[in-house]
Amino acid sequence: MNSPAHAQIEYRAVTKRFAPQRKGAEPVTAITDVTLSIANGEVVSLIGPSGCGKSTLLNMGAGLYAPSEGEVWVDGHRVERPNPQVAFMLQKDLLLPWRSIIENIELGLEIQGSDATGRRARSRALLDRCHLSGFADHYPHQLSGGMRQRAALARTLAVDPLVLLMDEPFSALDAQTKMVLQADLAKSLADEKKTALFITHDLVESVALSDRVLVMSRRPGRIIQEITIDLPDRDNPFGRRQHVRMAEFVRGLTALLDIGHQELNQ
Amino acid sequence: MSPPPLIDPATPKRTENRPIAADGQITQGVVIASASVLIAFLAAWEWLPGLLHIPEFILPPASRVWQEFLRAQHDEGLWLHTGITSIEVIVGFVLGSLLGLAIGCALGVSPKSELVLSPYLLALQIAPKVAFAPLFVMWLGFTVYPKILVAILIVFFPVMVNVLSAIRTVDPDLINLARTFSASRWQIFRMIEYPSTMSPLFSGLRIASTLAVIGVVVGELVGGNKGLGYLLTYGEGQGNTALVMVSIIMLTLIGIVAYGAVAMIERKVLHYLPRAQLKTS
Ligand SMILES: Nc1ncnc2c1ncn2[C@@H]1O[C@H](COP(=O)(O)OP(=O)(O)O)[C@@H](O)[C@H]1O
Ligand SMILES: [Mg+2]
Repeated sequence: MNSPAHAQIEYRAVTKRFAPQRKGAEPVTAITDVTLSIANGEVVSLIGPSGCGKSTLLNMGAGLYAPSEGEVWVDGHRVERPNPQVAFMLQKDLLLPWRSIIENIELGLEIQGSDATGRRARSRALLDRCHLSGFADHYPHQLSGGMRQRAALARTLAVDPLVLLMDEPFSALDAQTKMVLQADLAKSLADEKKTALFITHDLVESVALSDRVLVMSRRPGRIIQEITIDLPDRDNPFGRRQHVRMAEFVRGLTALLDIGHQELNQ
Repeated sequence: MSPPPLIDPATPKRTENRPIAADGQITQGVVIASASVLIAFLAAWEWLPGLLHIPEFILPPASRVWQEFLRAQHDEGLWLHTGITSIEVIVGFVLGSLLGLAIGCALGVSPKSELVLSPYLLALQIAPKVAFAPLFVMWLGFTVYPKILVAILIVFFPVMVNVLSAIRTVDPDLINLARTFSASRWQIFRMIEYPSTMSPLFSGLRIASTLAVIGVVVGELVGGNKGLGYLLTYGEGQGNTALVMVSIIMLTLIGIVAYGAVAMIERKVLHYLPRAQLKTS
């Protein structure tokens, strides 16, 4: 299933060192020798203690900066700069306050130069799918946090990327809103057969949403374990939460993070 | 346990219905109290000088200033002077603001040029701009140009500084978001950085609108035979205190109109901000 031949996104022995902030200080090695590959249509979660280099890994996937060693490949091409195959979603919704919701959803399409009628039609469809139909002409400040994050998801899906990179997208939401958005995301990913790499601090979320969970060590981050979530209902996180083996997976991940050092909540 | 309902429990915030803090509310009572203050002030101005035996050439009563206002309209060409000063203010304000916006944006997108130019800009910012007025009059004569030039110089800084710092403080994640969509440098400027400057720009423009009046008046005080600043010195020379006061009041009105116009445009341009975030409403 995850043989490199079908890999949609692949990290090959990637190491990232950041130049020292002060003169004379050591360079910071954020991640070291990370190799992973995610197959077409697969959803993979990444967990690990904070500061272990998860965001760094994602930013290199998006082409925001280059690895110090190793290579990142997306859809058979080496990633050297940001490219339209990859879209990116953060904990912050990053909606532009001066754009209405529909204009925010269109941002990526507009940057990529698609024509006005085409992008309006596409963003309308996404607005409906993300349950924001009545809010096209609202401005971000008029929406709740959950709705704003839905709009951010719609903006990410609008450019029709092959790979979605998500950095704790729901961690700022309240528990209830979060579950609803997880369900929407899972459904969208399954319907459109998107490939996704999903960072989270929430172990239940990682099991509920993904085919596989990768566990990273403390910095310098390495992948210390890979868990295949062989549960049904990947498109229905509510169903998965009810599954008898859910607790078993969460227990296993908790134990792994303790091995990886005792500071998940540092 | 059954799965929670598939609706977003969070409803949109409605700014219209947000309760307004009682102390910020403009009620009828507030308007009446405010008007009473004006009436009390005018009454004191009218009758106190007489009661305290203050001579008219020191403090003419309100009615005397009103008569002077009526007289100055045909005898002194009050409206011509007001018109000239207004035009200088508008031209100086618009040119100074555009220059401030342009340079602010240019330095904002080019940190290198900011580094190179910042000592000189800082020096120029510290220099008291109105002190340039005599110099400009020496260069450009008794025309409108030195006045406009002082206004440009004085308006430029608050606008430039606000625009520059707005571009500097754009959330880097927003820029990265645009970059992941493969945005060009120009697109990042046009879609992210430039619109981010709008709110600070208008804060700068409010300040600038009142500074423009100061710049123009100082220019007119220094030299020329037109404008309210000239009328001020003329009234002073005649020992006509009432005319001096009429000029001050007209200048204040020009400032109020300029500020009000900026605030009105701001409400139009920044319509996307919650109302509480606009400083006047
Ligand atoms: N641009 C940067 N410059 C220097 N150090 C950085 C930079 N970005 C991240 N780091 C460092 O790399 C490490 C990993 O950061 P990050 O990837 O954000 O961790 P995580 O997302 O897992 O919490 C941290 O120690 C952080 O301080
Ligand atoms: Mg992070």
